[in-house]
Amino acid sequence: MTTQADRKLMRTVFIDTVIESLATDPRVVMLTADISSWSFDEARERYPDRVINVGIREQAMVSMAGGLALTGFRPVVHTYTPFLVERPFEQIKISLGHQDVGAVLVSIGGSYDDLARGRTHQAPGDVALLDTLPGWTVHVPGHEDEVEALLKDALSGDGRVYLRLSDQVHSEAVPLSDEFTVLREGAAGVVVAIGPTLRQVLEATAGMDVTVLYASTIRPFDRSGLRHAVDSAAPNVVLVEPYLAGTSAHEVAEALADVPHRLRSHGVRRDREVRAYGKAADHDRLHGLDPASLAESITGFLR
Amino acid sequence: MQTTEETIRGLFRRMIGDEKHIWAAVSTTDTIWVLYDRVLNVSPENIQDPDRDRFYLSKGHGPMAYYAMLAAKGFFEPAELDTWTQLGSPLGLHPDRVLVPGVEISSGSLGHGLPLGVGTALGLRAGGRTARVVVLIGDGELDEGSNNEAIEIAGRLGLDRLTAIVIDNRSASLGWPGGIGRRFEVEGWRATTVDGHDHDELYKALTLEPDGRPQAVVANVRAKEGVAG
Repeated sequence: MTTQADRKLMRTVFIDTVIESLATDPRVVMLTADISSWSFDEARERYPDRVINVGIREQAMVSMAGGLALTGFRPVVHTYTPFLVERPFEQIKISLGHQDVGAVLVSIGGSYDDLARGRTHQAPGDVALLDTLPGWTVHVPGHEDEVEALLKDALSGDGRVYLRLSDQVHSEAVPLSDEFTVLREGAAGVVVAIGPTLRQVLEATAGMDVTVLYASTIRPFDRSGLRHAVDSAAPNVVLVEPYLAGTSAHEVAEALADVPHRLRSHGVRRDREVRAYGKAADHDRLHGLDPASLAESITGFLR
Repeated sequence: MQTTEETIRGLFRRMIGDEKHIWAAVSTTDTIWVLYDRVLNVSPENIQDPDRDRFYLSKGHGPMAYYAMLAAKGFFEPAELDTWTQLGSPLGLHPDRVLVPGVEISSGSLGHGLPLGVGTALGLRAGGRTARVVVLIGDGELDEGSNNEAIEIAGRLGLDRLTAIVIDNRSASLGWPGGIGRRFEVEGWRATTVDGHDHDELYKALTLEPDGRPQAVVANVRAKEGVAG
């Protein structure tokens, strides 16, 4: 994954899109817990009942979203990943899911965007946690241009949506689809790249005879798309996800339940908590997500 | 159906099998009775009306008083009470808004009702509505951090259509030094403490004119006593 340099941050696209939507959709309510709240100062003056900064009170923030949804509003809830998904996880489960109402949760920080702050600001298990709850749509954009359309689509509905933003991006946006996008076709196996991992996957698999699939929406998982890809290639599947390794392994198993297959999962390592600072590229290497490590692993797997 | 003591007793007796939670249910009976009889603008006829008042039973354990009152008011047939906690029954030890007509929130896990109520009160205000949101919690439940976050937020936002009723049966393990009402007052709420079995005191406290502050009503109840024998 690479860090954006002279491009618009996903976070900026998110903020601009919400501010625009506040003007056009009276259902939209923005809830913050200090993080990014300053970006909504002007909007808060204009819509004091629909732009609320609750302070550092994430549990109440998520439950308030449930209460707002019960009155027909479309709440957007935002903060850093660990404080949006991990700390108030029971609120997500009970105040949203168990009330049978929806909200749009938007996180920043990805798995390890903010490395100088250490492990407390990392939450690579976020998607796996949400995977324990039914009914969630999970978007993991890999390019800032994918964010606006994903967010607008989420705001127009009433379901439970998680939009996972990151500073790690690939170089070109892929047209949005609920299905896997086939970027390359090959015979030796199928490599699935999720969101920001696409650049590394394309670089790692350059010259390999493999199919490369891409998705910015990982839940629901496109089981038929994977099945179709495996129909035309050897049933060797490589998952490359920007969060906890193997998060989508159970989806692959379901998709290929009646197909003998092999699976290798790449992502943030599960075997130990990485306590290190540095840059994203350093951590890509520590987790085996850099192009060289991926190429070595995939080559060995397909051999 | 008339909500007389005899009626409520009869409806209670249709439900059996909750030895652990029965007294918690009884502690809420008078409060819920006053709310549905004399205070709230909610009925089976207007339950879909966005301008109806909302009652959130956050203290979901011991919902028998709630079920009895909903049956008495016609939200569902009293015969449903006979199915209490059985397979296929909509009535469990914790109310489920998807299963029980008239139940506004699904509760059981403590500490969700008040922040849900804050969000609902905020949504009603944003929609230009003046409906009330009344949340019933327990003094033990007040321990939950999420409740204290919600108390702080509601006070700052001046949500004066929000009322928190705290049923105080002294079950908070570490207690509330200075009194429960004080916990709310320091966050900008108006707090009133009443006898939780005195219908007139409850009615008076629950019908105060809004004054820009959310309201807390601390209802002192006698543990292990009540209308259901």
